[in-house]
Amino acid sequence: MLNVHSFESLGTYDGPGIRLVVFLQGCNFKCLYCANPDTIECKGGKPTSAEEIVSMAINQQPFFGKKGGLTFSGGEPLLQAKELIPVLKALKAEGFHICVDTNGSVLNDFVKEALEYIDIVLLDIKQMNEERHRALVGQSNDKTLKLAEYLNEINKPVWLRYVLVPGYSDDLKDLKQLGEHFGGYENIEKLEIQPYHHLGAHKYDHLGWKYELEGVPSNTPEQLETAYQIFKQYFKEVIIN
Amino acid sequence: MSKIKDMFRDGLWNKEINVRNFVQMNITPYEGDSSFLCGPTERTQKLWDLCKEAIKEETENNGVRSIDTEIVSNITAFDAGYIQKDLELIVGLQTDELLKRAMKPYGGIAVVEKACSEQGLEVSDRVKDIFRNYAKTHNDGVFDVYTDEIRKFRSLGFLTGLPDNYARGRIIGDYRRLALYGIDRLIEAKKEDLRGLLGPMTDDKIRLREEVAEQIKALAQIKELGTKYGLDLSRPAESAQEAVQWVYMAYLAAVKEQDGAAMSLGNVSSFLDIYIEYDLQNGTITEERAQEFIDQFVMKLRMVRHLRMNAYNEIFAGDPTWVTEAIGGRLMDGRHKITKTSFRFLQTLYNLGPSPEPNMTVLWSNTLPENFKNFCAQVSIDTSSIQYENDDLMQSTRKSDDYGIACCVSFQEIGKHIQFFGARTNLAKTLLLAINGGRCEMSGKQMIEGVPALKSDVLDFDEIMANYKIAMKEVARVYNESMNIIHYMHDKYYYEKAQMAFVDTNPRINLAYGIAGLSIVADSLSAIKHAKVKVVRNEQGLSTDFKIEGDFPCYGNDDDRVDNLAVEVSGYFNSLLSELGVYKNAEPTMSILTITSNVVYGLKTGATPDGRAHGVPFAPGANPMHGRDKNGAIASLNSVAKLDYKNALDGISNTFSIVPKSLGADENVRRENLVTMMDAYFSKEAHHLNVNVLNRELLEDAMENPGEYPQLTIRVSGYAVNFVKLTREQQLEVISRSFFDRM
Repeated sequence: MLNVHSFESLGTYDGPGIRLVVFLQGCNFKCLYCANPDTIECKGGKPTSAEEIVSMAINQQPFFGKKGGLTFSGGEPLLQAKELIPVLKALKAEGFHICVDTNGSVLNDFVKEALEYIDIVLLDIKQMNEERHRALVGQSNDKTLKLAEYLNEINKPVWLRYVLVPGYSDDLKDLKQLGEHFGGYENIEKLEIQPYHHLGAHKYDHLGWKYELEGVPSNTPEQLETAYQIFKQYFKEVIIN
Repeated sequence: MSKIKDMFRDGLWNKEINVRNFVQMNITPYEGDSSFLCGPTERTQKLWDLCKEAIKEETENNGVRSIDTEIVSNITAFDAGYIQKDLELIVGLQTDELLKRAMKPYGGIAVVEKACSEQGLEVSDRVKDIFRNYAKTHNDGVFDVYTDEIRKFRSLGFLTGLPDNYARGRIIGDYRRLALYGIDRLIEAKKEDLRGLLGPMTDDKIRLREEVAEQIKALAQIKELGTKYGLDLSRPAESAQEAVQWVYMAYLAAVKEQDGAAMSLGNVSSFLDIYIEYDLQNGTITEERAQEFIDQFVMKLRMVRHLRMNAYNEIFAGDPTWVTEAIGGRLMDGRHKITKTSFRFLQTLYNLGPSPEPNMTVLWSNTLPENFKNFCAQVSIDTSSIQYENDDLMQSTRKSDDYGIACCVSFQEIGKHIQFFGARTNLAKTLLLAINGGRCEMSGKQMIEGVPALKSDVLDFDEIMANYKIAMKEVARVYNESMNIIHYMHDKYYYEKAQMAFVDTNPRINLAYGIAGLSIVADSLSAIKHAKVKVVRNEQGLSTDFKIEGDFPCYGNDDDRVDNLAVEVSGYFNSLLSELGVYKNAEPTMSILTITSNVVYGLKTGATPDGRAHGVPFAPGANPMHGRDKNGAIASLNSVAKLDYKNALDGISNTFSIVPKSLGADENVRRENLVTMMDAYFSKEAHHLNVNVLNRELLEDAMENPGEYPQLTIRVSGYAVNFVKLTREQQLEVISRSFFDRM
């Protein structure tokens, strides 16, 4: 059984086309800007069977059109890699297109097996600078870089995703460093810049947590454009989500 | 006729009155994109500026620019009226002045008097004298005959919006006939019909003979109406401009005579395209001129007004006229009916700006050209002014490829078929009868007999269902009785002779019943079945509240456990209605549609077992209740798609609101996703979708600064309104709806 936080049946930002996004409960990161802080705790969530998810996907299949499908997001979906495998197998048997949206911090045999059924990995890079990564996420970025390397080895299509937080992850040096590091990865199809927003802030109050990024402004169009121009030097396709 | 015969491919249409055949023989389906379209001409812009100025005056003057309190409107009433004559390519107004409203007291004189007095005006003594002392109205007839029981159901909110004091509308004349045949030929055909209507002289036969005689008189009057504008309507139209003008004159006659809630136009665009295409091919007009004809025609349609009293607004908010035009669809032979004029009609939403009227309805088929689908999606994203209906579903179920949409969502084969408007009944309030021993939960009045008292205050699903079925049966009976009375009297005192002159002599008829509150019923039954629901009663023993313990699935999440309850209840009520005999042997049909009455229904319905408090508005149409569809837009669409069109042949309305960003990050993706969504929704045999693409913040700002948003249009249940014309309560209800937003 997968531990599911919620569903979004009209997912238009997590992979190609219209997607059923399955948000799994529990995350090993605690990003300061997390927009879904209610998915961080591993407790909570609703045990959901492969059959339930397959049946929802079949009901929605016409809406997926030519490009869409399912995306497992979270939380960190690969924390449940073992439980994901039978779900992914069942979905693949029905021919669905599958993405996973991950922070890249988990790499084990279950993850490797799960990846066999996944069409695109949406890999969230929080920061290239180790120190600032720790400040933002509370952990090192070495595991994420390792998974990225593995994905490159097995030539798995990847969309990089980068949240541009003013003052936290928009230093030009860091952006260039990211470009230098990943620019040569042939498996990376595109990079998505995700503008910082504080839409999740109210959820922190609800959880009784402090929202550490209080007062951090949204990106200006100029900031987004600057980041775009830098990334454009390294990647085939760059989009601002 | 000979000139027309040379212009177009010959066919059956030339031997009999058969517009469908003419369209089939001569249509030029268009596969291309929208790049050929033209913007508005200077002349059109000037004219539209004058209209906008008049609309502004109307808004500033309590919603009514002026009223003629002397003249009783009919086809030939009033001298010719113009916006500015030298700028007008298509002429004709309902009265002699732009936005001046006319009295049509045949529906009921009291309503006309009230509508005038609310504007500080008085109906002339002469008109009052005639309609109080000499002429009998529809309203008089109905209330002479209504039973006490019907009056009670009506006043306590079980039956709402009954067309018993205004015209019933919904009938669509085949206004194309005037252009294709001219008055003389149409009169000839009707006279021939009349000669064939022979004995035995039963009630039916006598009535029909009288109706046809009235139609013939109406046709003669329409010719006279044309003369006032210098038009010779006796002959067929011979150019694109004339075709547009002739069609408009036929429609104008209808809206001069009748003030039905909904006065649909039909499906004229691809018919007009045939004439436009001919003129373009022959070089007599340019694309710019073609667009100008359509812009000016649509402008005239936007200026149609009826005289309404304020109370009318509770049910039909925003002064709608439902000039519904059905665009697109396919022919039975597999070709599609998208023409350049389909594009030109939608283009008016750019050339003149967004608008609720005419009520643009795209008949969607998955096999329509991608270029057209993309254009529709773009127009929806830009204007929120289009609704969509499933052509594949309607064509295969109703066996016609030449139909329009009556009012909001209802199929009507043009010229062959009419419908009797049936307003709607409140199935949520009916559910409370099942819990209160047949008494109205608010007034305590005994409405129906035979509902046993409940054994326990903890509601038992089987017991409630058994009681509910008894209640539904009784409500269906009273509803049916009221309908038979209303339509008998409407025919007798306010017969639509101008419209029926453009319809076959003995058309098929649907009686269009309707239901409201389906999502509340489904959620209530789900709560009773899957959670523990305890009723709280007042000292009279009437339910005032419900205490719910435990979770239950809600309609709108693609969950069969509750969605099937909605399917069962709508199917069951429809089966009850279909067993009851109807005036003129009409076929009963049913809609799941609320217009904007979902707000007033909320006020008239006590607390319900789904946890909804007394007074909270219903969801519109077949929509899930606001905020209960937690799995996002597609799951919500999937739930509504399960409702069976065969059990709701009058239509299943779903209003969908989404913030632009939720459709995707950029314009191309949004358009593509919206097309995919509609293809998918309709492939699941869903019937109708209103598409709004806008931000909640925009609506909130419009509430505070209405002057800055005169043309802000949103789709509500089956039609569109100027947002700023809604009452504050209705605006708040629209804002409280589920806006599908990204997480």
